[in-house]
Amino acid sequence: MSATDFVYVRKELEQPLPPPASQHGLVHWIRTNLFASPLDSVLTIFGLLVIAYFLPPILSWVFINAQWTGSDRSVCATVAQGGVQPDGWAGACWAFVWAKFGQFMFNNYPLAERWRVILCGAMLVALIVPFLMPRAPYKALNAILLFGVLPIVGYFLLIGGTFGLRYVPTREWGGFMVTIILSYVGIVVSLPMGVLLALGRKSELPVIKMLSVIFIEMVRGVPLITVLFMATKMLPLFMPNGMKLDDFLCVLIGVSIFASAYMAEVIRGGLQAMPKGQYEGADSLGLNYWQKMRLIILPQALKLVIPGIVNTFIGLFKDTSLVYIVNMFDLLGAVRRNFSDPTWISPQTPMTGLVFAGFVFWIFCFGMSRYSIYMENRLDRGHKR
Amino acid sequence: MASVNAIKDDGDRTSLIYNPVVRGIVFQCVVFFGILALIYWFVRNTLDNLARAGRDISFGFLNERAGFDIGQALIPYSSDSTYTDALQVGLLNTLLVAAVGIVTATLVGFIVGIGRLSGNWLIRKICTVYVEVFRNIPPLLVIFFWYLGVLAILPQPRESFHLPFGSLLSNRGLSIPRPVWGEGAWLVGLAFVIAIAMTVFVARQASARQMATGQRLPVLWINLGLFVGLILLAMIVSGFPLSFDVPVLGAFQTSGGFAIGPEFLALYLSLSLYTASFIAEIVRAGIRGVGRGQSEAAHALGIRSGTTTRLVVIPQAMRIIVPPLTSQYLNLTKNSSLAIAVGYPDLVSVGGTILNKSGNSIQIVAIWMVVYLTISLLTSVFMNWFNTRVALVER
Repeated sequence: MSATDFVYVRKELEQPLPPPASQHGLVHWIRTNLFASPLDSVLTIFGLLVIAYFLPPILSWVFINAQWTGSDRSVCATVAQGGVQPDGWAGACWAFVWAKFGQFMFNNYPLAERWRVILCGAMLVALIVPFLMPRAPYKALNAILLFGVLPIVGYFLLIGGTFGLRYVPTREWGGFMVTIILSYVGIVVSLPMGVLLALGRKSELPVIKMLSVIFIEMVRGVPLITVLFMATKMLPLFMPNGMKLDDFLCVLIGVSIFASAYMAEVIRGGLQAMPKGQYEGADSLGLNYWQKMRLIILPQALKLVIPGIVNTFIGLFKDTSLVYIVNMFDLLGAVRRNFSDPTWISPQTPMTGLVFAGFVFWIFCFGMSRYSIYMENRLDRGHKR
Repeated sequence: MASVNAIKDDGDRTSLIYNPVVRGIVFQCVVFFGILALIYWFVRNTLDNLARAGRDISFGFLNERAGFDIGQALIPYSSDSTYTDALQVGLLNTLLVAAVGIVTATLVGFIVGIGRLSGNWLIRKICTVYVEVFRNIPPLLVIFFWYLGVLAILPQPRESFHLPFGSLLSNRGLSIPRPVWGEGAWLVGLAFVIAIAMTVFVARQASARQMATGQRLPVLWINLGLFVGLILLAMIVSGFPLSFDVPVLGAFQTSGGFAIGPEFLALYLSLSLYTASFIAEIVRAGIRGVGRGQSEAAHALGIRSGTTTRLVVIPQAMRIIVPPLTSQYLNLTKNSSLAIAVGYPDLVSVGGTILNKSGNSIQIVAIWMVVYLTISLLTSVFMNWFNTRVALVER
């Protein structure tokens, strides 16, 4: 047989046939992900019904029926309630949020002085963004500026009374700035305190260990509200006669104590996760206790619990809303306070304000939790065996 | 400090200052007496301040007349009762909302947590949205949302929503029919107790039989039949002693039935839904934590999917789930103190009222701490016991 006998020789590879229609594409996806079994089908239909029931009213409340502009309550109230809307109208009153935005952010902080708060906020953002980016350089300097210098600068800038700045008493503070200040001070105090308490709890010195355990468990066993009550009602009693503690300072102390106890437990988790060889290795190098902790154990342990620290911080951020109960106006408190403003009082106002506050809290907490997951994945890489 | 043991023997050869044992003792003494001095200073200042204000730190004031009303009380209470009574009412209310909240949160949490692992894309997404929304919003805000945003703008009682079983929902809360037990109701109660006892007996017998012969009894159906049959029998014998007090619409409030105030509803819904989102994540992590090989092995043995979940995956997942679940239960109990924001009379809310009325802040805070620490301790003890039961028994 010679080569010429071949009638047909394939010159290139045959293209693979597409998979059967039932194995790919939208229909296949729907069949496997939504209608894989009778039960699945029932669940899918149930899910669709749930969405059909909840989503349209929510969308129409938030967007379609919502009032975006207006100068008083009439745009957000029905005719029967003294407004301009038809009967049965229900929608978000974003005009209220828009009109009160300054209040929500700063509460009663004097209008002319608000640039100070904004400046502080800008500094915070400028320092925190590179701090959170793993690749950004100068981490040590950044940390010193963020946790050491900024609190002092912020204190003088916000309180005033020096350098020709007007004095702004803390009872005029409020709104989102208080939420941020509380969480910021909480984290700045609770990180070092938490490290000390965690070391104390792992210490071999019985008295130190006992004191740390008592403190941590006492604080973790009670609700934050009681700690806040303690800080605002009992702390002033502890002080010598004539010494007046600022209410805001009391709340800051309460929040810091509370956060420290939780932080201590997170960090203890990191200390316990360190292999024993690390401790023994440090000992065999002849390092003393503090050198061992500072140079060997803590850098590794803290890195290990970054996600836990971020989660504690999320909890702290959400818990700051509780200061409303001891007459401090954070974001939620400021929103709540404006419900009773006669210019804006209407059935839709509370819901609108709360949805706005909820959205702000949600953005921050969700962002932080994403960051925590990102760090977790990043840190995970080095530890996989 | 591992170094202590290593160097201890050299103690007599080196100077005392460098002896770790001596340094440890000195350091502890300094810290201890420092804290003692601080506490002494606090106590002295406090006594000084209290004496100046004409108050003391005795608990005698607890027997004085309270003089304020409490909206919801599980035990008899009037404004003539003592502060102690008021605090008891508060404690019971705390326990009530915590117990009901824990049950609901567990149910919702498990459903959502399992839903997040469902093969059904839609269900998975709905559950994810639920978890991500509720986990990232402060619980206090959720309480306000229900209380001010939803319950407060419901219609007046006279235009209440009619819900199934004659329940009414208005801005004054939810009214549900109240069961009224007539004469001979004790027989039904007795039947209930007997039914429980027999259920336990049947379950034991069935498992003994399965161990011995490999045959299984339809325990669920037998027990269900027992329950329904026995209680029905008791009902018939005693002539149906059960009637319902159905709520009736009034001009300003509904009368009759069992009224659940909007404060309780708001708190209960928020705590349950908030905590459920955390429990869902715990459940998801627990189930994911069970190795894939476990369910694959079960499938290879020919065990069906539902049975695999029930007998292979869940028991192992529980080991991972229980410890964090405990702390969520405690969190819910502690978060119930947010009641004060909407005026539901729980322990903190009642205590706060007393604190403002009498000014005895130290005693009230002490009572709070003792109660909450006790609850925490008891819950931990119980959950630890439960944990040892489900924990892995290793050789």
